[in-house]
Amino acid sequence: MSGLLARRPIPARPETAPRTYPPGWWGMAVAIATEAMLFAGLLSSYFFVRAISPAWPQGGIEGPHLDRTIAFTVVLLGSTVPMVIAERAARAGKMRRLRRALAATTLLGVAFVVNQGFEFAELSFRPGDNAYASLFVAITGLHGAHVVAGLLMLGVCQVKVWTGRVTAARHEIVRLVAMYWHFVDVVWVAVFTSLYVSVA
Amino acid sequence: MTDADVDRAAAAAIGAAAARAAVDDHALEASWHDRPGWLGFFTTVDHKRLGIRYIVTSFVFFFAAGAQALLMRTQLATAEADVVAPEAFNELFTMHGTTMIFLFNTPVLAGFANYLLPLHLGTRDLAFPRLNAFSYWVFLFSGLFLYAGYLIDAPPDAGWFAYVPLADRDYSPGVGLELWALAVVFVGISTTAGAINFIVTIFKLRAPGMTFNRMPLFAWSVLAMAVMVIFAVPAVTLSAALLAADRLFDTAFFHPGRGGSVLLYQHLFWFWGHPEVYILMLPAVGMASTIIGVFSRQRFVGYLWAAAAFVAIAFISFGVWIHHMFTTGVPDLAMAVFSAASLIIVIPSGVLYATWIATMINGRVELATPMLFMGGFLVILLLGGVTGAMVSVMPFDWQAHDSYFIVAHLHYVLNGGVVFPIFGALYYWWPKMTGRLFAARTAKLSFWTMFVGFNLTFFPMHVLGLLGMPRRVYTYREGLGWETLNTLATIGGFLFGAGALLTVAVLGQSRRRGEPAPANPWGADTLEWAAASPPPEYNFAAIPLVRSRHPLWDAAPLELAGDGEAAHGVDRTGALARATPVLSGMETEPEGELAIPRPSWRPVAVALAIAMVFVGLLIEAVVVGAAAAIAVLVGVVAWAWYTGDDLE
Repeated sequence: MSGLLARRPIPARPETAPRTYPPGWWGMAVAIATEAMLFAGLLSSYFFVRAISPAWPQGGIEGPHLDRTIAFTVVLLGSTVPMVIAERAARAGKMRRLRRALAATTLLGVAFVVNQGFEFAELSFRPGDNAYASLFVAITGLHGAHVVAGLLMLGVCQVKVWTGRVTAARHEIVRLVAMYWHFVDVVWVAVFTSLYVSVA
Repeated sequence: MTDADVDRAAAAAIGAAAARAAVDDHALEASWHDRPGWLGFFTTVDHKRLGIRYIVTSFVFFFAAGAQALLMRTQLATAEADVVAPEAFNELFTMHGTTMIFLFNTPVLAGFANYLLPLHLGTRDLAFPRLNAFSYWVFLFSGLFLYAGYLIDAPPDAGWFAYVPLADRDYSPGVGLELWALAVVFVGISTTAGAINFIVTIFKLRAPGMTFNRMPLFAWSVLAMAVMVIFAVPAVTLSAALLAADRLFDTAFFHPGRGGSVLLYQHLFWFWGHPEVYILMLPAVGMASTIIGVFSRQRFVGYLWAAAAFVAIAFISFGVWIHHMFTTGVPDLAMAVFSAASLIIVIPSGVLYATWIATMINGRVELATPMLFMGGFLVILLLGGVTGAMVSVMPFDWQAHDSYFIVAHLHYVLNGGVVFPIFGALYYWWPKMTGRLFAARTAKLSFWTMFVGFNLTFFPMHVLGLLGMPRRVYTYREGLGWETLNTLATIGGFLFGAGALLTVAVLGQSRRRGEPAPANPWGADTLEWAAASPPPEYNFAAIPLVRSRHPLWDAAPLELAGDGEAAHGVDRTGALARATPVLSGMETEPEGELAIPRPSWRPVAVALAIAMVFVGLLIEAVVVGAAAAIAVLVGVVAWAWYTGDDLE
């Protein structure tokens, strides 16, 4: 296709090409904004109920244990590193590095989710016991669901990489998955600070 | 792109046209046509078909809600009537409000945005056409889900806002409120998906030369609306979802006895609830601005002021929600701040009025049918705005809250400020959508019937409210002095309904036997009037090059499609390849192209699977819900598999 609307030619060093924000990028950005509001609403609700409660946590529930959660926080936030490596590798066309980095990210994410599962099973309260319990389960549960969705996206992305549908020239999906994954990390920082650190 | 770039592109296109074969209409057809019959109906991703479908479906809900309203008015026409039982009356006002807000006003405006946005922006479809189809199906299924309440004899009955504790299982046993809460979460998916689509389309698909400064005002209003949706809808999703959780899973979010908060529900609901009314108002006002400009035969005066007013309203509307809660006992300081903010938002609305009046004064007003509706809109919204300023003042609101004064206010702003522009827009774009003209005289009669009927219904309610008549009462005692006004309101209601039905009759007649419409019957200025009536599936064979805010008034005739010289259009190859150009947000520099997906089953299949998840939750059947959830995941993966560079 020639003339006015030809694609910009791909420069010799792909990783230095000017980055545009294609429709897919904007779609993911806006979707992240609306999901972020969901968490903002839940965390606001948490602090609202907390502000009107004589004791927190309510009902004599013990505050959550920090040690294990700190460890797995490091695991989840640490998964940012292979995710960034993956994105850079995709732009540079280094497919083997991309595959490994995506696998590492997925592994760390799975570890986090599995631990969350165990923590849920070991909770000393039921969601219906009081508002604190309901909010705790809702907030960590919603975040966990978002991590699972992220793992699903990573899975689809990896299958596309292995089957050759992702190349140096066409790797938009890696960028989008990375955006979502970073979002999930940032939300965890907010959740961890609000639910775990601030009750310690 | 600078104008010099646009001119260079035009020169290049003219040169290229000489060497290029004529556009092959048959090949264009093959690239864009939908599958025939029912297959095409379920798989289309064409924004025009979906936009019309949104509008038609919304109007079905409009008349359902209208019937509910007239039943209420019949019951209230006389004192101590027993036309409608008290419990049934509660169901009526609940369903009327819920239907009008969630299933008529919001989706019909989304439908107009769907239809118009690509045409206004000079592109061939929205950014995510399958997501668009999905939005429609989710809307339809969520509406059917809510109305299933009538089939299982459990329509919701706790008001359109379903406050706790009334809406809790203790005080509202049965599934009606679960139905309501789940339907609200369900329909929110549609609204959000639509908003994402509109924002990305406006950012990335505008025609070359159409900078933000030249974008039609309707597009500005849709942009402001969509951003509001992104930030507001999660709040109502939460309020409804947490209510559903309290009912279904016995959580304690809103149970004071277990540490929860009843007020939290109201905060979450109204954090969305107030922006929602501006989410409705802005696109309606955007359409009104468009129509006022055209029928004043005048380039819109104060374009930048109007665009700025849309943005200001979008922002400020997030800071006023407590004015719905003035009587709940929130701290005085908070109420004072929100009262002030509620008064401040009058300013951008006033600015908009100034631009409309200035446009009309500077032009020569032509009272065609759409313009009549805009005249009605201007008068009615003004009164609604005045009463809005009144209730912003706390002491006044303490008297007026939950009285018929509020019913009057809300209908003046919502019916006048939103419904009248919708009817005007329907008449205005009817020739473009259907290729037919309508009978103007009867259409104008429909306006006058609706206008007189509306005011007869709702003006007396101001007085009734000040006389002390509360909202949501199924009857009232004789001798209170309320009966005459109520009878008048009922007569007005039927008159308004008759006017609305007359509109249907006029348009139905036009559909069957109206004269064929030319491309630009109104002599309008925006790009959709350059395409045929109705436009071909691909909208524009050649993408227009835009040099001003009023393309068709500044560059007539605008040769875009067909075999003529491509003096004003580019990218015919994109049309053949079923693609549309992607351009950078600020400068409209070319960045590549967006392949439009082929018709697909996936949107309707995923929407159906999501519906089954909600059904599973409603009937508390884990197997159904879980199986449906898996189906959703499978469907989403199948859908997302073909995306971006990788479309089937």
